[in-house]
Amino acid sequence: MKQKDSFADQIWTFFASVKLTVYTLVLLAATSIIGTVILQNGSPEAYIRLYGPGLYNMIQVLDLDKMYQAWWFLLLMVVLCVNIVVCSIDRLSATWKIIFPKSILVNPRRFEKAKNRQQFDSHLPMDRVARHAKQVLAGRAGKVIEKTDDAGLILYAEKGRWSRLGVYVVHASVLMLLAGALIGSALGFKANLRLDEGQTADTVFDSHTRLPIKLPFTVRCNDFQVKFYDTGAPDEFKSSLTILENNQESFTEDILVNHPLRYKGINIFQASYGASTPDEALFEITDSETGTIETHTIKKGGVVSLSAGAGNFIFEGFVPHYDFNGHNLGGAFIGRLDTTNGRNVQIILPTKFPTFDKMRKGRFTVEVKSWDQAYYTGLQVTKDPGVPFVYTGFLLMIIGCWVTFFVSHQSVCIGLEQVGSGSTRVWVAGRANRNVQSTNLTVKKLVKELKGVSGK
Amino acid sequence: MNSSLLLSAATFIYALASVFYIGSFSFKKQTFARLGFWVIVIGLVANTGGILLRWVESYHMGYGHAPFSNMYESLVFFSWTIAALYVFVELKYKESIIGVFVSPLIFLSIAYASFDPSITSKITPLIPALKSNWLIAHVITCFLGYAGFALAFGFSFMYFIKPKDPGTKSLFAKLPDWDTIDELTYQMIVFGFLFLTIGIITGAVWANSAWGKYWSWDPKETWSLITWFIYAIFLHLRLMRGWYGKDLAIVSIIGFLGVLFTYFGVNFLLSGLHSYG
Repeated sequence: MKQKDSFADQIWTFFASVKLTVYTLVLLAATSIIGTVILQNGSPEAYIRLYGPGLYNMIQVLDLDKMYQAWWFLLLMVVLCVNIVVCSIDRLSATWKIIFPKSILVNPRRFEKAKNRQQFDSHLPMDRVARHAKQVLAGRAGKVIEKTDDAGLILYAEKGRWSRLGVYVVHASVLMLLAGALIGSALGFKANLRLDEGQTADTVFDSHTRLPIKLPFTVRCNDFQVKFYDTGAPDEFKSSLTILENNQESFTEDILVNHPLRYKGINIFQASYGASTPDEALFEITDSETGTIETHTIKKGGVVSLSAGAGNFIFEGFVPHYDFNGHNLGGAFIGRLDTTNGRNVQIILPTKFPTFDKMRKGRFTVEVKSWDQAYYTGLQVTKDPGVPFVYTGFLLMIIGCWVTFFVSHQSVCIGLEQVGSGSTRVWVAGRANRNVQSTNLTVKKLVKELKGVSGK
Repeated sequence: MNSSLLLSAATFIYALASVFYIGSFSFKKQTFARLGFWVIVIGLVANTGGILLRWVESYHMGYGHAPFSNMYESLVFFSWTIAALYVFVELKYKESIIGVFVSPLIFLSIAYASFDPSITSKITPLIPALKSNWLIAHVITCFLGYAGFALAFGFSFMYFIKPKDPGTKSLFAKLPDWDTIDELTYQMIVFGFLFLTIGIITGAVWANSAWGKYWSWDPKETWSLITWFIYAIFLHLRLMRGWYGKDLAIVSIIGFLGVLFTYFGVNFLLSGLHSYG
């Protein structure tokens, strides 16, 4: 009786099974759906609003709010990796023996049942047929091995033995990808950086942990430009960045979406942009009693006196979102009218509604005529030392898939047998570990050429 | 002559091809299938012309980009890839009747592009994120992958309508034998799998140059990975576990549902970075 497997053997068999692969892939596919349906990386309030407190508890317990980093999801990936490694070790030694045999054994019996086997009689003597057959076989199927057996002459050729390694390359590429991802998450970061035009920074804040990260250089935004199509859709965002090291300008480069700046392992991407707060504007003040109109360029906090000594106008600042009776009016300049009769009036000048202040129906009406719109650029700053591994994995995966599915180990055999005097019986057959279609074609072509030579 | 006209023509030509193929199946007339094939070839020519002309037109409008930038353009291209792959398969395998299961898909995709009022056929400028040389490589490889899976889906369908032993007089007698159906389905999935793999990879490399992250579990990415998993399961079941026939055909059909959800479902039901098609 067979001895019962040891515990270690059982574990090995468990991880060497393709059944486990299929179950793991099914679980990975099924659970991946969750993260596309349930909000990821949201705030607790958002979850409670969407799913209620009860479900939120469950989401928290199972880490469904950051599902793709959850322990159980990572565990599935680890199982897949162990599965791949064990399966490969388990099968590689057998494959290796096939790929690098000590000597190639030619066994014509293996071709007896081939569906593509064809047989015909040639009226040429065997040595002449053999000469031609060797030639065409070498041309179509690779190096020819000759063997004489009791029935006659056997010619054998094969190619693509190495292609059996393709599947191991694919599986190695999966490991390479995951290793790259691991390196990236351990040693890399992703951060956001907001720079006004003219501003510099040497520290960014991690987008997950919010912790500061010091860059190995200083970056300055010289200029930001946004271009629009006639339709109003954005055409191009462009930031001109200068890299400074030891207070010396190293170089200046324009970055666009799809054209990042890469320097010292740090990548800087154009991500977003916005209007920065204006601190100077051209104001027009109309006195409805005298009809005088005065224009002043006022800096933030600046004060100008009104005509006829009626008081002062102060430009207090700019707010990005002005709330008017529950309506968001967008960006607005805020000022104050100090009139001599002691009345203080707040002046609101939304950029979208230039004549807004007329509604107040006061003696003085203020309007913003123009201002210099400056922008800030929203940059994404990343570092990912895992990328070279991931890209190697990508390359290996494509090559491996190609070899696995489209290159096959083909062997073709031609048998020659003397029949009667000066006549030869010829059979041709081929085998392949996959893509038998192309082997069938090779056999057909060989038969055609051999018959051609025989003058049939 | 403009691209819209040519593409509408392609729509009707593909409709005609479907009619021929279905007619050939229903009335068991091989001639209809031969006609259907040539009609598909004509449709493919019109489809190709339409896509190229649209490319040229975008230059005349001053935008100048490959016609792969929105739902309309991707559906038109989807039809093109299925039609092109089908023509190749029919030429290679010499089985014309299988067009019954493919020609309607070719027609449906381009018809959906033309007739759904929410899909605009206007040529619009490229948004900054799409301005990359990766656009063409990514779209072509993904859609070749989708086309392979669409054909596999069409072929898998035969498992559910062909009786185990069709008599010589039955409607199904002309369908290819089981081995051929199995081989066809497998070959299409292998083709689709290779191109989906390249498609996902080109997408990842592109994302890394546009956003600095090669993978961010965006719904489109995740669903393409789910689809990839399903077909990986298919391949393991067939090659390592010896599955075949109807059981395997079910996996192929689930895989194509994954493709459809990745293509349409993600855009209509989930939000994400990949909102252009």
